[in-house]
Amino acid sequence: MKPSLGLRAGAVSLLIFVVFIAAWYLATGAGPGAATVDPAYAKLVGAAAAGGGKSAMPGPDVVAATLAKHLADPFFDRGPNDKGIGIQLLFSIGRVFLGFGLAMLVAIPLGFVIGLSPLMQRALDPFIQVLKPISPLAWMPLALYTIKDSAASSIFVIFVCSLWPMLINTAFGVASVRREWLNVARTLECRPLRMAFRVVLPAAAPTIVTGMRISIGIAWLVIVAAEMLVGGTGIGYFVWNEWNNLSIANVVVAIVMIGLIGMALDQGLAFAQRKVSWVE
Amino acid sequence: MPPEPLVRVDGLMKRFGTGAPVFADVYFRIAEGEFVCLIGHSGCGKTTILNVLAGLDEASDGTVLFAGRELDGPSLDRAVIFQGHALLPWLDVEANVAFAVRSRWPRWSNEQVRAHVAEQLGVVGLGQAAKKKPSALSGGMRQRVGIARALAIRPRMLLMDEPFSALDALTRGTLQDEVARLCAETRQTVFMITHDVDEALLLADRIFLMTNGPDARIAEIVVNTIPGPRRRHDVHHHPAYPALRNHLLDFLIERSRGFGVGAADYDPKNPPEIRLEAAA
Repeated sequence: MKPSLGLRAGAVSLLIFVVFIAAWYLATGAGPGAATVDPAYAKLVGAAAAGGGKSAMPGPDVVAATLAKHLADPFFDRGPNDKGIGIQLLFSIGRVFLGFGLAMLVAIPLGFVIGLSPLMQRALDPFIQVLKPISPLAWMPLALYTIKDSAASSIFVIFVCSLWPMLINTAFGVASVRREWLNVARTLECRPLRMAFRVVLPAAAPTIVTGMRISIGIAWLVIVAAEMLVGGTGIGYFVWNEWNNLSIANVVVAIVMIGLIGMALDQGLAFAQRKVSWVE
Repeated sequence: MPPEPLVRVDGLMKRFGTGAPVFADVYFRIAEGEFVCLIGHSGCGKTTILNVLAGLDEASDGTVLFAGRELDGPSLDRAVIFQGHALLPWLDVEANVAFAVRSRWPRWSNEQVRAHVAEQLGVVGLGQAAKKKPSALSGGMRQRVGIARALAIRPRMLLMDEPFSALDALTRGTLQDEVARLCAETRQTVFMITHDVDEALLLADRIFLMTNGPDARIAEIVVNTIPGPRRRHDVHHHPAYPALRNHLLDFLIERSRGFGVGAADYDPKNPPEIRLEAAA
């Protein structure tokens, strides 16, 4: 009997992972070489780099050890430049949730208005079309100047970048609620609020949650860049700080963590999507 | 003097844009407890007339009096059974009916609502399917839920838009019998659109025949001379059945192209009433 598709796919995934790790190990560990360093450059960068041809690129063993060290004590706090990776991640997640939550509060009601009113849809369309393609980071100087707080500014940037997919999807979902269902509610003399919550919202919910899923993905992409820019705390800052320390192992660990958290956020909304979806 | 009819339609006309009206000069009365079928080819505005009666659409001209009052939007007094069942797919069968029941009696306790819903589902033979989603039901069962939902609010009038046209012949027959029984038991006033001559003869007390659109009229009103209660298994043995059926079919095939409407003695306010008895 053939093993199930899931089992076979898992085996292939594992194989790819092993091959990748092996290749990585060979590429970083096998060639210590005798690359000479320019003495002037060695003076500039200091002893660590001048120590010889040892590559700054860590092998998988070094990264695994670093990862284990971080996971053993993720929440330590020894001053502004030395915080555990867990604390940094929590800062980033907190900012994403705040910005994303604020965007939800604006995008879903506004999306309802746009979806229900062809007039508002036409009137707001040019603004949305122009604002949507602006890189959220382009707002950063404006935010820093007006808000005068770097943490709040990065939350604002998350807000801006989460807004559009949710707004557009909500408006689309609301506008495409089947006319029949609205007619059912109308013949039952439904009040507008009951209509909105009992008919329009559940009918549009799958589309709205899809928009939320796109938004949280973008927000997680943007927060890293925003924190690199404003500094202070957060996983983006951590990455940039470790780059300045030339600790590539820490950078790689952070990259892995960013990927895992991003996947968790996405899966959370995928779960919500399954909860609200319906079949006709 | 006959009692005041429940529905009084005078000079109804609908025009989309600036062309010829879809229908015009439509006059008819429906008495309390009467079952009326409207027959006509596609495009003569049958559904528009039904939607006007439901309060979901507005006529370009003419008045509709319901129980002596001019229609003002949809109302719980007039329940609609839609062509495509129009159940809310994210609610199970019970919740779909309960949605209507709560609209009708907002002050009822959960217990009262549940009991009433269970009773209504029992009437259409769906007690076992209460917890199923519409997507898990066959077409016939979905339409039963639609019927239960419409009857559950005890409407003064039932509006049906080709309720059985999407069903297979066997299911259609069973449901026709059940609707005939339910409506006869409660002396429900019904206005129903159909394409099906046999269905009209089984269910209707009077049959309105519409000419083809555009500019459609009610050409004549056929009185169903087969006395009730009519049953599907023997209605076609009644001596008057062949004459009635041939008359309706002849109309649909030949005379619906404006027959009689141009005649000197045709009066749209009083379309000729046809009363066919058994052939000698």
